[in-house]
Amino acid sequence: MPEIALAPPTDLFRLETDRWTAPFWEAAAQGRLAVPRCGACGTFRLPPTPFCPACRSQALDWVTLSGRGTLYAFTVVRRAGLPGMEGHIPFVPAVVELPDADGARLVTNIVDTPIAEIRIGMSLALVWRRTADGTQVPRFCAADTHHLTEREP
Amino acid sequence: MSGFHPLRDRTAIVGIGATPYYRRGQSAPRTMIELVGAAIIAAIDDAGLRIADIDGFAFYSGGFDTGLLMETLGIPEVTFTASITGAGGGSAGAVGLAASAIVSGAARTVICVGGLQQIGQRFGAITASYAATPETAFFASAGLIGPGHLFALLASRHMHLYGTTREHLAAVALNARANALATPHATMHRPLTREDYFAAPMIAEPHCLFDFCLENDGAIAAVVTSAERARDLRHRPIHVMAGTHGGAREWGRSLYWMNMPDETFASSGNAAIARRLYAMAGIGPEDIDIAQFYDHFTSQVIMQIEDYGFCAKGEGGPFAASGAIAVDGTLPINTDGGQLSGGYIWGMTHIREAVEQLRGTAANQVAGAEVALVTGGPSTLPVSGLILRR
Repeated sequence: MPEIALAPPTDLFRLETDRWTAPFWEAAAQGRLAVPRCGACGTFRLPPTPFCPACRSQALDWVTLSGRGTLYAFTVVRRAGLPGMEGHIPFVPAVVELPDADGARLVTNIVDTPIAEIRIGMSLALVWRRTADGTQVPRFCAADTHHLTEREP
Repeated sequence: MSGFHPLRDRTAIVGIGATPYYRRGQSAPRTMIELVGAAIIAAIDDAGLRIADIDGFAFYSGGFDTGLLMETLGIPEVTFTASITGAGGGSAGAVGLAASAIVSGAARTVICVGGLQQIGQRFGAITASYAATPETAFFASAGLIGPGHLFALLASRHMHLYGTTREHLAAVALNARANALATPHATMHRPLTREDYFAAPMIAEPHCLFDFCLENDGAIAAVVTSAERARDLRHRPIHVMAGTHGGAREWGRSLYWMNMPDETFASSGNAAIARRLYAMAGIGPEDIDIAQFYDHFTSQVIMQIEDYGFCAKGEGGPFAASGAIAVDGTLPINTDGGQLSGGYIWGMTHIREAVEQLRGTAANQVAGAEVALVTGGPSTLPVSGLILRR
């Protein structure tokens, strides 16, 4: 059996939002990956913040993305750093570039993908998973195996 | 020497004091304020000064407080007290802060001190202990428990872009251990072989156990005063050529947002500090005799070697593996074992070792060491750096 990237531990995760980040999580709850783009100069930014760092505008457009991603960086966590993590080993924290958001990045996880096949630069597909507190969060798996691993969280 | 900077060579480190480097949790029942106080008393004794001479504080780390230290040690009056903001990158910069206070006339005798006591909370899992906020929501669900996971992401990119290998990381770890073996106050005194390194448990790829720094309790203090006054004190003055903290915006929330441009993602975020430090000191990397790099992770030593201009970007791995970083190499680094094998107290150990080397009293003494670079924690901003000379 190939070694598969598991879901990370999320027992300690608790969703907090503010007026700038809430639209991201509301869209996520509906299964849409929406990221903010400056309403004045068009610069994407993640996480969502009160001002555009390029032009200081507070105008925002929330853009729903296709869910395509490119793996930018990753690590394979092989040791439980805290009690309760053991059942999640190995899991794969990852930085994923979103090509239809000018390369804005998400800090996320690769899941349901053979670890031996994970390579920087690989094409990824969005899948939705739930954390322990019920928050729907974006995860990614290898684009070419997406049809095999799609399932309800 | 070139240019002019108002801080250059105007102040000096005149005393150093330290507690033993305890393994994590082993400092109990000593308290944090006791450890920090003991380091300050030792530093003032080393300088040949009196506690009553202290009139300023500049530090990075938390867990203690200036008012509490004044009451505990009987310090009559303080005219300057400031700390570096941020999350780990500030100990080297605290000396620059002290120099600023002295040159401006705000204080005359400034203590830079750092202390750490890991009872209960382990710093290695600090990220998981942060209170949930709208900001943490964007990285906390990914299972990134601590700095070891965050920096592994950067290391993976460095390997991808430049061909850096685990052999290169091993060279940094083995160098640190070799230096610790001959350093009496270092934590690790068991030899480490290449075979040991590759047999070690993998924590978060590409970082195995020996790519991580130690977990220690302890405190270290340095006394900074004016260069004029330093001439009359017990030790040869160790001059502050340059000290700075801050960094470029792209690294502001680096490790948590992971939004740095591709040119500096796989870096230590110290390039801006390096440029400013060399300009302040009026020297370049070719003038540095020894370097004490903030080595929380082996991969970040490689990226600092690049950011501080000792080799081209991407060549830090082969540079480290070439033998250049050994005590008898062209750029001896972390000559006390660093944080990987010597001791981890927020980078204060690096200041101590640089002073020992420039005094000529280090365990692994580098012959003719006159100029030392000390760096402060690759981290979210600010990060910091320091250049000392004998």
